[in-house]
Amino acid sequence: MRRVLAAVVVTVAGLVALLSFRTHDNSSERTVASPLQLPPLSPGEHAVTGRAVITVYGPVQVRLVERSRKIVAVNIVQHPAETAMDIQIGQYAFPRLVGETLTAQSARIDSVSGATYTSGGYIQSLQSALDSGA
Amino acid sequence: MRRAEPVMGTVVSFDVPAQAAADGALDDAIRWLHWVDRVFSPYRPDSDVSLLAAAEITVDGCADEVAEVIRACAALRLFSGGYFSAAPDGVFDPSGYVKGWAVERCAEILSRAGSVSHLVNGGGDIQCAGGRPGSGEPWRVGIADPRRRGRLALVVEAADSAVATSGVAERGAHVIDPFSGRPASGLASVTVVGRSLALADAFATAAFAMGPSLARDWTESLDGYEAYAIMPDGDTWQTGGFASRIAVA
Repeated sequence: MRRVLAAVVVTVAGLVALLSFRTHDNSSERTVASPLQLPPLSPGEHAVTGRAVITVYGPVQVRLVERSRKIVAVNIVQHPAETAMDIQIGQYAFPRLVGETLTAQSARIDSVSGATYTSGGYIQSLQSALDSGA
Repeated sequence: MRRAEPVMGTVVSFDVPAQAAADGALDDAIRWLHWVDRVFSPYRPDSDVSLLAAAEITVDGCADEVAEVIRACAALRLFSGGYFSAAPDGVFDPSGYVKGWAVERCAEILSRAGSVSHLVNGGGDIQCAGGRPGSGEPWRVGIADPRRRGRLALVVEAADSAVATSGVAERGAHVIDPFSGRPASGLASVTVVGRSLALADAFATAAFAMGPSLARDWTESLDGYEAYAIMPDGDTWQTGGFASRIAVA
């Protein structure tokens, strides 16, 4: 669980870094975080919800779902969703970071698309790890 | 169940129902890939494609599929303003089309045999049928980050869809800009998502050859296909409908 919490911290730190990257056009009015509907947990799954972190765009909160000590999902509990910039963040940056977190665990991904690998390159590829059930 | 088959200079990975392995459909699909390799490989001196390129035979002397591929390549060349080419180095080599086409056909072989849920990954280009076994949720396909080996840029959902990526990561610069004759280098990778892998793969190759500014407008114009590109400096762009393909959790 400590590793999971470390992952929460890394993810939130990534979000904060990203969200802080550009100045906001409309910084006098703070956006209100939109609570998102979270998928229900399946039997055997445990969720860890991180504390909301206040960013220049508003509060950001992440939930990790764990099963058999592997992260199987990352849910965004709340994120800013009012301005055009925020929409861009919601659609692009959040899923991007979610993807990176999942990569670290090689979890819940069925396959990997990338530039064509050779038979030799396959051995070192993520796809090879997936095929061997790692 | 999973299976990985070395063929066509790469490895083709399968995720198929146990039934497909038991009833011979998976073996049929794999046999098809080896047949395609024998007929279309430019690295085999006795392949139809090699003999055709050397003008030792005509199309009439080739397998019927060779004419099918030539017609498709000609259509794609027109459609892409010349950026997709079956002779990027001046020598007939339809490899840019054949792999995606062969893998899509492979998935069709499994479908015809009764499978409603499978995924075939031909060296990084993927054709999915249905969704995940059991749950029917969309397949989740990670897009490799060309700038950081072993990491993903993001994850897309692909139910009954294809995901193809062209890039420089694994084989070095291998997509030739047919107009300059030199390797294209303006993009680190471009991924195209849509129904058919043959088309998605060809679109990704053409977009990669175009370079970022042309590729962005062109991929935006493609009906039913969405694109996501990563630039050499790590910046990214995507077509309008791509966001709806991104897996959120």
